Amino acid sequence: MSAGLKLNQVKKAYGAVQVLHGIDLDIKSGEFVVFVGPSGCGKSTLLRLIAGLEDITEGTLEIGGTVVNTLPPSKRGIAMVFQSYALYPHMTVYENMAFGLKLAKASPDEQDKRVREAADMLQITPYLDRLPKQLSGGQRQRVAIGRAIVRDPKVFLFDEPLSNLDAALRVATRLEIAKLHERMADTTMVYVTHDQVEAMTLADRIVVLNYGVVEQVGTPMELYHTPANLFVARFIGSPAMNIVSATITSSGAPATVQPKTGNPVTINAEVDATYVDAEATFGVRPEDLVPTNGPGLFTGTVSIVEKLGEVTLAYLDTGLPDPITVKIDGDVEIIKGATMTVTAPADRLHLFDETGAAFPRMQFSHAAE
Amino acid sequence: MLWTYTKTTSFYLLVAVIVLVSVFPFYYAILTSFKSGTALFEITYLPTHFSLDNYISVLTTGSFVRNFGNSILVATSVVVLALFLAVTAAFALARVSFRGRGLLLMTILAVSMFPQIAVLAGLFELVRAFGLFNTPFALIFSYTIFTLPFTVWVLTTFMRDLPVEIEEAAIVDGASPWVIITKVFMPLMWPALVTTGLLAFIAAWNEFLFALTFTSSSETRTVPVAIALLSGASQYEIPWGRIMAASVIVTVPLVVLVLIFQRKIVQGLTAGGVKG
Repeated sequence: MSAGLKLNQVKKAYGAVQVLHGIDLDIKSGEFVVFVGPSGCGKSTLLRLIAGLEDITEGTLEIGGTVVNTLPPSKRGIAMVFQSYALYPHMTVYENMAFGLKLAKASPDEQDKRVREAADMLQITPYLDRLPKQLSGGQRQRVAIGRAIVRDPKVFLFDEPLSNLDAALRVATRLEIAKLHERMADTTMVYVTHDQVEAMTLADRIVVLNYGVVEQVGTPMELYHTPANLFVARFIGSPAMNIVSATITSSGAPATVQPKTGNPVTINAEVDATYVDAEATFGVRPEDLVPTNGPGLFTGTVSIVEKLGEVTLAYLDTGLPDPITVKIDGDVEIIKGATMTVTAPADRLHLFDETGAAFPRMQFSHAAE
Repeated sequence: MLWTYTKTTSFYLLVAVIVLVSVFPFYYAILTSFKSGTALFEITYLPTHFSLDNYISVLTTGSFVRNFGNSILVATSVVVLALFLAVTAAFALARVSFRGRGLLLMTILAVSMFPQIAVLAGLFELVRAFGLFNTPFALIFSYTIFTLPFTVWVLTTFMRDLPVEIEEAAIVDGASPWVIITKVFMPLMWPALVTTGLLAFIAAWNEFLFALTFTSSSETRTVPVAIALLSGASQYEIPWGRIMAASVIVTVPLVVLVLIFQRKIVQGLTAGGVKG
């Protein structure tokens, strides 16, 4: 059975405060979709609308082809994993997992079978008789996932499920969720996070939200290589993309821009002739910048050096408002206070117009397909 | 050195005074209850006499046993009724957002601000109108009214602090509000339920004014009234021995209840359900 999700102009308002401004989304059955965005962007609200924990103010939500706007959460064929686990403290792991089935009046045999299957899958069988307080954080989150699996949902909803775990456990649980997705290939998964590593590693497609508006929907690589606008460009990738304001001096493909200081820059982007002399910004990712001896994109003094082992981050003071971040190989010795020139190939530069929308990139515009 | 010594001494002195002041009246009542005859009017601070005459007399003559039963019936009903109403009301007040919720909470609190004597006449009319006069229901009715504001407030505060995610998880699992209250919230609220229940029980158990006003025959009275109306051989004799014996008997259930439920008040029951 198809378990795709279709959001049609979904809006949410609390009184006069509009939180979501008409979200359109088409999520295919079995797809793993991640909502990312900064705090307060509405990603959790959107998930709660899908879950049915909040009412949709306007628009329609379809799950598996049926409009479910007015259906209670338990009738929507969804299961949800909460950030804080939300286990019932007074029930054992077994009772926690069986609670939904019990309410649905499943036979005891059926309950037992499904709970044990899920427990097996998540390797929590030894803890079935324990209370949540006797488990570690990772185990509790596995129980919460198990409770969701037992419901045999069409759509699996995750609300920042890894935020309460420590770094090592987060990576382990992330892998487990990826495996879970493989095993439950027919189940659609919607995952909310503010962590872009989780988004990049888990998602089939990422939905970037900001102020209740979808900024871009695409595969992780599409978002990385062809961000639709400045917000997505800055949000995806770590450290964030360097952004420099400039004036467009010549149109066409490639185009040329003139930054406030320094030499003209050629960018492999398609720019219409009407944009000549317009204000614009161009961006370059720290990992695309390489040191050079010749004339480069930026020249400046190294103000801070951060050694992460595999890579080194250098911050260049170039006279621009923000320092330029450079990410280079960890073996290259960089001395604080030294002067450094860095450059990047023209096909690694991104160009955005005054409103922040990206100009199409010459070689990446079609590569994504 | 001297200062530490003084501090310790004065601390224990203070403790001794507090213990003496709070325990002495009860101790003296027990002491008196075991005296009989003229020994009642000798002032002694140590047990010198021991006779169970007063207890036997209280339990065998008059309707004290019946009154005792009335008290248990009334207090238990009040606790059950008040907790049921308060838990359901607290769920609405703590978890359902609706217009005028704050105002409603304040109104509930305001109800408990009136002194008993102020509403006595009005309540008497109500009790008469409902045909409850001189029945235990009159007392159950009036005590519940006076207990509810306190119970509702305590439980609302407590319920507000329960994690929202647990409720939402239950909603996703298909639980109705009633199931959420009984299967999810009530087990987590044991400490609050026991505490408020005990206080409601004690209040109903010891109440005097309503009990005196709303009952007229000795069969329907509760113990506080029955004790106050205990009479001696003549109208000039106050039966102190029997009054004290009855009072001691009346206190026993409360002590027993507290001892039983003290074990049930398990703190930190919510630990583990959510990240704490």
